[in-house]
Amino acid sequence: MDTSSQRHVVVIGAGIAGMEASAQLQGLGYAVTLLEEQPQTGGNLLTWDRLFPFKRPASEVLGELRSRLGGIHVLTSRRILNIEKLNAQFILTVNDGTVLTADAVLVATGFKPFDAYRKEEYGYGIYDNVFTSVDIERMFREERRILTRSGEVPRRVGFIHCVGSRDEKAGNRYCSKVCCVTAVKQASELKEMYPDCEVFCFYMDLRMFDRHYEQMYLDAQTRYGVTFVRGRLSEAAETIDKRIAIKVEDTLVGKPMKMTVDMLVLMVGMEGRTTQLYNSPTLGLSVGKDRFLNAVDEYTDNNLSRTEGVFLAGTCTGPKHIPEVLADAGAAALRIHRYLCQKA
Amino acid sequence: MVNFGFTINKSTRIDYDQASKDVSRYVIAHEPSALLCIGCGCCTATCSAGQFTPFNLRRIQLQVHRGELARLEQETEKCMLCGKCQMVCPRGVNTRHLVMTIHKAMTLYNRGELKDL
Repeated sequence: MDTSSQRHVVVIGAGIAGMEASAQLQGLGYAVTLLEEQPQTGGNLLTWDRLFPFKRPASEVLGELRSRLGGIHVLTSRRILNIEKLNAQFILTVNDGTVLTADAVLVATGFKPFDAYRKEEYGYGIYDNVFTSVDIERMFREERRILTRSGEVPRRVGFIHCVGSRDEKAGNRYCSKVCCVTAVKQASELKEMYPDCEVFCFYMDLRMFDRHYEQMYLDAQTRYGVTFVRGRLSEAAETIDKRIAIKVEDTLVGKPMKMTVDMLVLMVGMEGRTTQLYNSPTLGLSVGKDRFLNAVDEYTDNNLSRTEGVFLAGTCTGPKHIPEVLADAGAAALRIHRYLCQKA
Repeated sequence: MVNFGFTINKSTRIDYDQASKDVSRYVIAHEPSALLCIGCGCCTATCSAGQFTPFNLRRIQLQVHRGELARLEQETEKCMLCGKCQMVCPRGVNTRHLVMTIHKAMTLYNRGELKDL
């Protein structure tokens, strides 16, 4: 391809959305620069061990997505200092002094996990044996086993759904979508590791929304013997022997219940990453009350921002699972293609 | 001591740490489809006995797993074994046999014979 006429797209964020969109754009004949704040590509996927529904290693998916990045200009450990618009082009200044000129910009800044410290009554960071789903995933990935803070095999573990989701007081009214199925996955993995450990999932609704998820739930109940209790954790307290005493209502029995667990796992939700970019007047992003980005039309133009030449992909527009993100990234690439064809 | 008429109510809270799991284990061992329940309430909605008595299979089977065993033997006797619940259960729980199993387990439990099995 004649590089002098080749148009240039800058993709912001090298999580799975940014990586996939970059690969698709490159396939469509564009020069692509992929910018990432962190030292390596992968985003939140870097923190995960195995993925629902088939427990495929996250490293495999990451490897596959990375293998598609050939020919793409990947810049890691880079922050954007400034974005200006000159005629139809965007001028991006990066913290290493690089100045990039782009014909289109794709925002793929993703999500961050809910900070469980904010849910103080659940005791994260206060009690020894309260963990988050991210911690559990790290233990699976790095230590290959799950142990209490004092290094013992847990005999009873409680998973708490909806931590930082569907919670007015946490400021997050929305459902984060993937935590239910992640709890089912982690609870099953734990039972696989320790068949004698009692594992409970405390839920408000179980949202097994996608293909294969209901099967995972069924397997968790029958094959692994995970117990599901409909009731949201109201409070947690540490016992003298560093276990966690929890109070819930078993709403299907219609009675309050207390039990002591060796480990409490908080299923943290997704939150929009309100980076400095969100305030850039050039990008003109519209940030919702829920701190996710608003597209022009949530039905028909989900990848279009309100600014011409600025596009959106991935979880920056709301919670999504991996196949949704990759489909969204591909769709965004096509919308950018259509935009640049029309401009030609 | 002067009796002022005050009494202390027994806690109605489920104390899972102390609760008996014997009946639950027996029921799951003898009718494993009990594990399939998702608490939807179809069985209770269609229940013939439930129209005339407080019989509620959805709640009874959960009470078994939480060790809430008071009066469960008598409760299960309200079932007429018509089997409509089994036809409507979306998860294919063998509900009629589940009622029979709970009843048998409770009878044994109340006689103090459950652990011997």
